Amino acid sequence: MDRDRKIPEVNAGSMADIAFLLLIFFLVATSIETDVGLDRKLPPNDTSPPIPIAERNIFRVALNKNNELFVEDGIMQLKDLQAAAIAFLDNGAGTIGSKEYCDYCQGERNAESSENPDKAIISFNSDREASYGMYVSVQNELTSAYNTLRNREAVRLFNQDYVSMEKAYYAPETAVEAKISLKKNIEQIRQMFPMKLIEAETHKKG
Amino acid sequence: MAKFTKKKDGDLPAVSTASLPDIVFMLLFFFMTVTTMKDSSLLVENTLPNASEIKKLEKKDRVIYIYVGKPTQEYQKVFGTEPRIQLNDKFARVDEVGTYILAERAKKPQELQNVLTTALKVDKNANMGLIADIKQELRKVNALKVNYTTYEGNAFNNLQ
Repeated sequence: MDRDRKIPEVNAGSMADIAFLLLIFFLVATSIETDVGLDRKLPPNDTSPPIPIAERNIFRVALNKNNELFVEDGIMQLKDLQAAAIAFLDNGAGTIGSKEYCDYCQGERNAESSENPDKAIISFNSDREASYGMYVSVQNELTSAYNTLRNREAVRLFNQDYVSMEKAYYAPETAVEAKISLKKNIEQIRQMFPMKLIEAETHKKG
Repeated sequence: MAKFTKKKDGDLPAVSTASLPDIVFMLLFFFMTVTTMKDSSLLVENTLPNASEIKKLEKKDRVIYIYVGKPTQEYQKVFGTEPRIQLNDKFARVDEVGTYILAERAKKPQELQNVLTTALKVDKNANMGLIADIKQELRKVNALKVNYTTYEGNAFNNLQ
């Protein structure tokens, strides 16, 4: 018996062909898809009469058919929208002592603008001819206004970014106990700056 | 000169292809990780807008997709160049959105039927009128959670 003989090596020459075959299969059968976006909740379809709201508590944003942005009846560039929305939400004109008073607001406390973030409503109206790209940009800027304010308060109260808190809350690897405390904090921040973004029925052309 | 001519006599040494499988496997793993399986082929142009304040859509099984955009080149003769809605693998009218959502919802397991999200994959050149009509249809069937699917990027790039 000669045991010294080595095991013959397996020929790996066709390995590349096999790998190419798999690669081409994946190239054909899959696509690079995005799964990120802006989450919104549509208003339920009920017919309850509208609640009267003081004009000072409404921040009107509108897009016309030429994709021009109007804020409170004046034309505005998209890059200025975020700052304007923050100024409106953070205004806090409620007087000290009244229940409208907002003790965490750092705005100008302008009597013409919103009383407190809870009452402040952003109304966004877009023409039927406006483009979807512009619409998403405006939505994005308004969301970033809310996120900036929420981040500010979250850092002040919990020493943590609001956006990262939310990300940790939705991440599957976060432990259950951590999620419970995160949820409490997130709810608190959301109550301080509730997202009241209303899209009125878009106007029909003509 | 003899020095140079001498070398030409020999055959060219073969390039070693031993690392070829490794390279191809590397490519394969890259594509396996960054791509997802296609579920429907697109009949419409679908350049999504960019946004930065985005959230990830978790759990694929809870999402219903609606595609909107201009029909692609090969369908433009038949369907024109106005933006159209694509549901599954065919074009649809606005009034078919409601029934589509209900049908898709019925296919999902009972416990997921109340937590479904509708992902709107809309071309950035589509106009808002069509989107507003779709949103009305969604409200009628009580599918209130929507996600405007975007690419991650700078929102100011949407305006050209």
